[in-house]
Amino acid sequence: MADLLNVSNLETRFNTREGVVHAVNGVSFSLKEGETLGIVGESGCGKSVSVQSILRLIPMPPGEIVGGSAMFQGKDLLKLSMEELRHVRGAQIGFVFQDPMTSFNPVHTIGRQLMEPLEIHLGMNKKQAWDRAVELLELVKIPNPDDRMKDYPHQFSGGMRQRAMIAMALSCSPQMLIADEPTTALDVTIQAQIVDLVKSLRDELGMSIIWITHDLGIIAGLAERVNVMYAGYIVEEAEVKELYKNPQHPYTLGLLKSLPRLDVSEKKRLVSIDGVPPVLFKKPKFCPFVSRCTYRVEKCLQENPPLMPINDHHRAACWVNPQTGKVRE
Amino acid sequence: MTNKDNVILEVNNLKMYFPIKRGVIQRTVGYVHAVDDISFEVYKGETLGLVGESGCGKTTTGRTILKLYEPTAGSVVFEGKDLVTLRGEEMRMMRRKIQMIFQDPYASLNPRMTVEQIIGEPLVVHGLARGHQIREKVKDLLSLVGLNPAYVDRYPHEFSGGQRQRIGVARAIALQPDLIICDEPISALDVSIQAQVVNLLEDLQKEFDLTYVFIAHDLSMVRHISTRVIVMYLGVFVELADRDELYNDPLHPYTIGLLSAVPIPDPFVEEKRKRIILEGDVPSPINPPSGCRFRTRCPLAQQICAEERPEWQEAKPGHYVACHFWYNTESFKRR
Repeated sequence: MADLLNVSNLETRFNTREGVVHAVNGVSFSLKEGETLGIVGESGCGKSVSVQSILRLIPMPPGEIVGGSAMFQGKDLLKLSMEELRHVRGAQIGFVFQDPMTSFNPVHTIGRQLMEPLEIHLGMNKKQAWDRAVELLELVKIPNPDDRMKDYPHQFSGGMRQRAMIAMALSCSPQMLIADEPTTALDVTIQAQIVDLVKSLRDELGMSIIWITHDLGIIAGLAERVNVMYAGYIVEEAEVKELYKNPQHPYTLGLLKSLPRLDVSEKKRLVSIDGVPPVLFKKPKFCPFVSRCTYRVEKCLQENPPLMPINDHHRAACWVNPQTGKVRE
Repeated sequence: MTNKDNVILEVNNLKMYFPIKRGVIQRTVGYVHAVDDISFEVYKGETLGLVGESGCGKTTTGRTILKLYEPTAGSVVFEGKDLVTLRGEEMRMMRRKIQMIFQDPYASLNPRMTVEQIIGEPLVVHGLARGHQIREKVKDLLSLVGLNPAYVDRYPHEFSGGQRQRIGVARAIALQPDLIICDEPISALDVSIQAQVVNLLEDLQKEFDLTYVFIAHDLSMVRHISTRVIVMYLGVFVELADRDELYNDPLHPYTIGLLSAVPIPDPFVEEKRKRIILEGDVPSPINPPSGCRFRTRCPLAQQICAEERPEWQEAKPGHYVACHFWYNTESFKRR
């Protein structure tokens, strides 16, 4: 399959009063047609900023995209004019945000907000847009969609709002859907409903998905490939089963070990990762994970490891193989 | 550990209704049935997990035990005394023995107070230390929770979320309580930090023989930390059992659906898993459904579920469930 999106050396920083924060530091990844890519990491690791940068959704200033490219269907999204970018946003790339409470405009009806992109991007008239919007609400399994079109966002529950958000993101049949922690604010039974919905829509519509989350559980059942991010770097990328079976970065390994499992009754002490992630006011010359790492060697303090191939489907940015404890060749 | 002589806290028929007031004269037009007739016991030295989704009343339960809310009805018996009727000095003395750790480490520490003032305040209020003793005790407490004692003069904003939660823990154990209500102590923290705080809580429990009521929505973490687990739904208990019993053999359809919804961080397991998806949303606690509160989302619901509130019954030794058809959920589980 061909690459739908190809991001290379993306660098984003924020110029704050305290100094320059290096949020994304040369991130490269690609997304194939029909593929689901998971981006995992903790708060502040740059997972959202990297994807929002691609569509220039970060506030600029203080944000600034310093370099890199994002090729989408032969065009570099970072070089498009705002006018051209507007045609890509919504029409070709759909976006679902974390907070279903604040991502709708509270003073307009759900119907009106759903119809807007249809009128703007697809040139539909009111009647066509209404009918299509009702269809979309049906697609995301909202009961009585005709009546619900007239509701305001506050009349929807959190789960329903997120469904409506997905309906809006899908309204112009985009080739790609970016889901930025879409279930984090939801309860677990509602989360299961939404994940189930996205999976069935994916199979039905054949779109590519980038799913950003901090939850290694959701990713395990949803993504085909996973990028693990830490301090603005991709520290590991692999096919999903390979990542969980054979984690090659101490951070990934630590995260997986620190998670208790629903299906395991052993009452072992959790393995925790000491310390906290750094805020990068300077781009580090050494490995950004080094202060929390139990596998570190001399070299980790001298040079920031690049992503190194482990096998055809797996790369990790670590000088040491945490499975064997040996320094990589 | 779980025998009757070891009961540290007994909650009987506890109800907590919040009035809804409207209009100029603030007339009461209805009630939010946040907690509706629950009874349970907490055994000494155990960790009792209390799980449920947002709005199920788990936090209200925790707060009502400490009488941060004045309950509508029921009793909370601690060391033979009913906290609901205790007043003044007697209640103040009781509060020394029951402490709380709050969910949000950013909101539960006063930003204008130093660490010494925050952790030292309970010591001062209860007259357990004065003058330079306070500083020494606070330093001891800080090292106990894994923070550098040199941080005594810092303010909360100088700490990360995990460190703040450690300060909250230090404040809770300052008075050497017997029982600590942990209200979602880790849900605001990042994954790699959660394990640090849970390990700390477990270490302190061993060291000081503490009893925890652990309120959370993360079912995996509750399985890890709890001795027994209670599942709540819309203000009522639906199921209570020993940890492994509950996770291995859930009887209530809600528990079954809830457990099935939790993702497991293992693609090999997820691939084979068949999910039971509970349809719909949790109804409003202002007008809860008649009979069984779960019936509007329950795939097994019958006529009787709308008419009668299911009894809280012991299905197996130590395993309680409130469902008219609990003996019939086996088929549902296999679906």
